[in-house]
Amino acid sequence: MLRDQAWSQLMRAAQAGDRSAYSQLLREVTPFVRSLLRRHCSQAHDIEEMMQDTLLTLHRVRQTYDPRRPFSPWLAAIAARRGIDGLRRRSRVARHEISAEIEAYETFADPTANSDIDGMGAAREVEALLQRLPPRQRAALEALKLKEMSLREAAAVSGQSVGALKVNTHRALKTLRALFRDTTEP
Amino acid sequence: MQTDQIIEQLATDLEPVRVLPAPWLRALVWLAAVSAVSAALVLRYAHLATILPRLATPRVAVESVATALTAITAILAAFELSLPDRSPRWAWLPLPPFALWLAASGLGCLRNGMSLHGPAGFVGESPHCFAFISGASVPLAAGLFWMLRRARPIDALPVASIGTLGVAATAACVLQFFHPFDVTVIDLGLHLAAISLVILIGTLWRGRLLDASEGGSQHR
Repeated sequence: MLRDQAWSQLMRAAQAGDRSAYSQLLREVTPFVRSLLRRHCSQAHDIEEMMQDTLLTLHRVRQTYDPRRPFSPWLAAIAARRGIDGLRRRSRVARHEISAEIEAYETFADPTANSDIDGMGAAREVEALLQRLPPRQRAALEALKLKEMSLREAAAVSGQSVGALKVNTHRALKTLRALFRDTTEP
Repeated sequence: MQTDQIIEQLATDLEPVRVLPAPWLRALVWLAAVSAVSAALVLRYAHLATILPRLATPRVAVESVATALTAITAILAAFELSLPDRSPRWAWLPLPPFALWLAASGLGCLRNGMSLHGPAGFVGESPHCFAFISGASVPLAAGLFWMLRRARPIDALPVASIGTLGVAATAACVLQFFHPFDVTVIDLGLHLAAISLVILIGTLWRGRLLDASEGGSQHR
């Protein structure tokens, strides 16, 4: 009860624009959210993704929290929803992704790499992989890595916040690696 | 990216927000605005001398009240469901008046001898009823979804489907003032078809219409 009241006050301050209160609130609720998400999943990596989704959603819908009501049920509802969405996403990705423990990659010289025909084929292959990315991941990757926009420019063009752009770029690269592995392994 | 980095970024990006008013109040605003416009249209265009005696008959009065209650409860439920910490049981609220509405309409068909023919023939005015409910639902839904968007629902499906039920019921309620005869089977079928169409479109487009925060929105 006391913890909930403290969080409620921090959230009220955050709604008014208090950044230090918001930072404190997000750090304090992280273990609570993690414990809720463990009900949906046991993989540490997936829990962390769901945790990040929950925090991003909290940020996006912070105007819906009524300071006269308890904070924990509001946060728990967001976490539960993101947990369900995370499980669905995991089952979708599992159809395309192979789990690999080896993180290091080797590259080999390819004499045909400069061939125009092979180059066009490779470009088509990369384009096909890009199309398989979720739209917001693709948008972030294209803006930051392909068009080399600044974060502010990319945020303005894509409608995503700077934080969301960074997260989505990181995830896009990860998804691309997994998709590429899937298409190149026998 | 680590969670700590995200927290730091979110705190850096923080802007003040205006807390949403209570859902019942927002529902009341929508209902009041729609009632005012509907009342003006009815007073201007309806033939009240014919309609009012018909609306006073018990079966039609029950049907009208049930339609209005379906609209009111569905709109209220949509605003409640748009918030993360509200009970999903709100979705059940419009179902009893909706069932009563269907029952009263069905009774009207029975009283009509399950006739396929209305006063104006086989299909008669039924296509106009379909067009009225479908067409009137568009501006009603636009206003409703514009208000609901501020909440960015984390689960848009119940919000969209219940909200569009409320919109269709509102249109059907106004239609009562321009429908001077009992429904036929064709009428009822087309009314239900129009309502279903409105709910289907709203449900299918829910993500875009509601600016929903769904699916860890970063992955859509």
